[in-house]
Amino acid sequence: MKIHIKNGHVIDPRNNLDAKQDVFIAAGKVAGIGSAPDGFVANQTIDAAGLIVSPGFVDLSARLREPGSDYKATLKTELQAAIAGGVTSLACPPDTTPVLDEPGLVEMLKHRAKLLNLAHVYPLGALTRRLEGKLLTEMNALSNAGCVGFSQADNAMTDTLVLWRAFEYAATFGYTIFLRAEDYYLAQNGVAHDGEIASRLGLKGIPAAAESLAIASILRIAQQTNTRIHLCRISSAEGVELIRAAKKNGVQVSADVSTQHCHLTEMDIGYFNAHANLKPPLRSTRDKSALCQGLKDGTIDAICSDHTPVNDDAKLLPFAEAEPGASGLELLLPLALKWAADNKASMADAIAKITSHPAQILNIAAGDLSVNANADIAIFSPEAEWKVQASQLKSQGKNTPYLGQSMLGQVQYTLLNGQLTFQNNQLESQ
Amino acid sequence: MQLPNPETLLADITAKIAEKINPNSALVGIHSGGVWLMRRVLETLKADIPFGTLDAALYRDDYAARGLKTNLKPSDIAFDVTDKHIILIDDIFYTGRTTRAAMNELFDYGRPASITLVVLINRGGAQLPITPNITGAEILLQADQNLQLSQDTKGKLHLEIEQNNA
Amino acid sequence: MHNPQLDANGELKHLLTIEGLPKRILNQILDTAETFVGVAERDIKKVPLLRGKTVCNIFFENSTRTRTTFEIAAKRLSADVINLNVGTSSQSKGETILDTVDNLIAMHADMFVVRHAQSGAAHFIAQHVPDNISVINAGDGRHAHPTQGLLDVFTVRRYKPDMHNLRVALVGDVLHSRVARSEIHALTTLGVPEVRVIAPKTLLPADVEKLGVQVFHDMKNGLKDVDVVMMLRLQNERMTGALLPSAQEYFKTFGLTQEMLNHAKPDAIVMHPGPMNRGVEIDSSVADGSQSVILPQVTYGIAVRMAVMAILGGGQSAGGIS
Repeated sequence: MKIHIKNGHVIDPRNNLDAKQDVFIAAGKVAGIGSAPDGFVANQTIDAAGLIVSPGFVDLSARLREPGSDYKATLKTELQAAIAGGVTSLACPPDTTPVLDEPGLVEMLKHRAKLLNLAHVYPLGALTRRLEGKLLTEMNALSNAGCVGFSQADNAMTDTLVLWRAFEYAATFGYTIFLRAEDYYLAQNGVAHDGEIASRLGLKGIPAAAESLAIASILRIAQQTNTRIHLCRISSAEGVELIRAAKKNGVQVSADVSTQHCHLTEMDIGYFNAHANLKPPLRSTRDKSALCQGLKDGTIDAICSDHTPVNDDAKLLPFAEAEPGASGLELLLPLALKWAADNKASMADAIAKITSHPAQILNIAAGDLSVNANADIAIFSPEAEWKVQASQLKSQGKNTPYLGQSMLGQVQYTLLNGQLTFQNNQLESQ
Repeated sequence: MQLPNPETLLADITAKIAEKINPNSALVGIHSGGVWLMRRVLETLKADIPFGTLDAALYRDDYAARGLKTNLKPSDIAFDVTDKHIILIDDIFYTGRTTRAAMNELFDYGRPASITLVVLINRGGAQLPITPNITGAEILLQADQNLQLSQDTKGKLHLEIEQNNA
Repeated sequence: MHNPQLDANGELKHLLTIEGLPKRILNQILDTAETFVGVAERDIKKVPLLRGKTVCNIFFENSTRTRTTFEIAAKRLSADVINLNVGTSSQSKGETILDTVDNLIAMHADMFVVRHAQSGAAHFIAQHVPDNISVINAGDGRHAHPTQGLLDVFTVRRYKPDMHNLRVALVGDVLHSRVARSEIHALTTLGVPEVRVIAPKTLLPADVEKLGVQVFHDMKNGLKDVDVVMMLRLQNERMTGALLPSAQEYFKTFGLTQEMLNHAKPDAIVMHPGPMNRGVEIDSSVADGSQSVILPQVTYGIAVRMAVMAILGGGQSAGGIS
């Protein structure tokens, strides 16, 4: 199968490419950019006039709810959501049921994803057994089974000694540890940023210090043990500041922010909107600005969807009882573009935050359009405006604080391994 | 239409009330016009008669359709209603529904010996088997007309007709 | 964002919180309550306003006291009352809040009085009931207890009618108190110029001063020259532990004794939403003393709740006629 994508504007941050170029695909790989390889005859031509051709997006965190929670979502629905959002590679956290703490589970997940052949799935293995923060998992075996890193998902690691040892052990093999930094005790039972809104609404608060205290100790341990650490879902200005300083001091740290946290604040809880119940909590306007600024100056490396599909019943509860999380795979692109537009960053910056940077964090071959790279490609219209509607979302999780809002930027085609896997229906009907 | 002078009508009904007064009488005015009239009657009679005020809003039959009015005045009946000859005073008598509500409220205070209804003006249009016992004047009005009694800062009474456009 | 408590004409549709309600509506409720104070003194303590209507007390969190005052208020308005203690029944059987509410809707209840341990529960229910049903929040988590806030300002207004010239102090556990939040919003909306909170830092919520209050950490300075002292209840489980070392130490530093009260104006009134912890937040001699208006609060509570129900229960829009 040979595909010619013509007339598109290619943005490939890793190769510093931001120009009108044709893309040629052969045998599932990028065969050429700009000029066709010798003797190239396309079986299929995609006219990308007026569209952006980008590496397929790489999402650092998407919950697929397999194994264990098919009432919330299934691998199939969520991978369909992924490609509808142009996401061709995604990492999934280990907090499934059962927890991804055994190689067999990881192999099964990889196998099922491969059969679906919609997007590449890169599991993060559990750092500790059952994510209990007590006993280390067989990281080496998990890595061989396909884990690209190790994580505690949203489960806290209260025992500092176990944390230290986990770091040392991971560092032995050069694995990256993915942690969402949050002090267990300060965050216990909290559901909102500990500030004016939580006080007004009578919601139990989680202070920003819950994050910064945890970041400070994680960074210190990472530095001492020489471990590569990725800090997930940064939510506070203090957190950004600590990471900025650590990077300056040569700590091997990277960080991401969710599409929710770089646009929304505690104010978006409104009158107890359960869709704004997120982990970590939405914080103040000042925190949001610091996150956006951190993205811009490179302190925060990547934007992720933090895709967390939740069934309706689990959201149809009073705010604090509602299950936290937002569905987000299909909103990754427009919300990354919005970050760039709101913060005077370039479109290429936004694309880098959802392609080359997360691919580098995961240490996977993805997120670029180099010749011979996998032809995982997203072709999108940056100007297409669409409205977020539950009925239109491919994900089984219709839970998003952006319901009813207008988005700018829509994926028209997604290719995985040089095969067209998604084509926007609206475009087809036009 | 030439409206009568309410002050003349008041003098008229006061005289008729005076004839009815006995040692067991009590005056009750319905907010707001009925209360103004009651106070003027009391001034003129200069007698030591028990009196009270009613705002029958809590007993009205249009609550379900129209809700509770906003400028509610508390009812205040400090005397024992039971076995009293109540002289119930209102300004304008129209459908009779306010009187019905007021009588119901009175009975929640006790069992009066009798009730005599006194109005300044009967504008016609009764929808219930209720007729005032003492009336200052009868003036037949259309349904889209609204007769209003008002009191100026010096306590002088005025009558005017408004046209309802609704 | 549309205020879910108001209908399209800006009239009261549900009573969920005092925050965001216009002064006009607060005054409408308080003025209407004046009318109902007298009803309790009559031979027949009933008016027929809600005859044929069904008021349903849904208590996901038990409170005999509050439920009783709502029940009396509804009955004095001639409504039929159904009491449902969900805390002890369906919730443990796995029924969700909406299941419970849907069942009561199917039984043709006209008004829900809701108490729940979670902040926002009343908002949540109000969002899911049909148009003809009104919801009254009888306390949701730490968020709001609007009828308590209203009855407290009603009591203040009765004793200190000039609200624009008052200094009010709230003493105690503001952090966990829905009553405190509702009192603060009611007082500030009605134009009370100085509202203080007096508490140790462990019992104050983050950014509490943004609610429009002045913060004090000692009783002497906090009570100085105040006209009204509103005590807050301290839950038993919070008296010892990481929030406070002991009930004794709390009483010594933040308990209201006559000696402490003497720092307030000589004619200051003392209020408490009940039930009181005598000897923990308030001394018995103060609770039963001449400055205490704690029992009148209870009496007025019924009139205020009647007023709220009467305004919500009638017509397409409250205040339709004048």
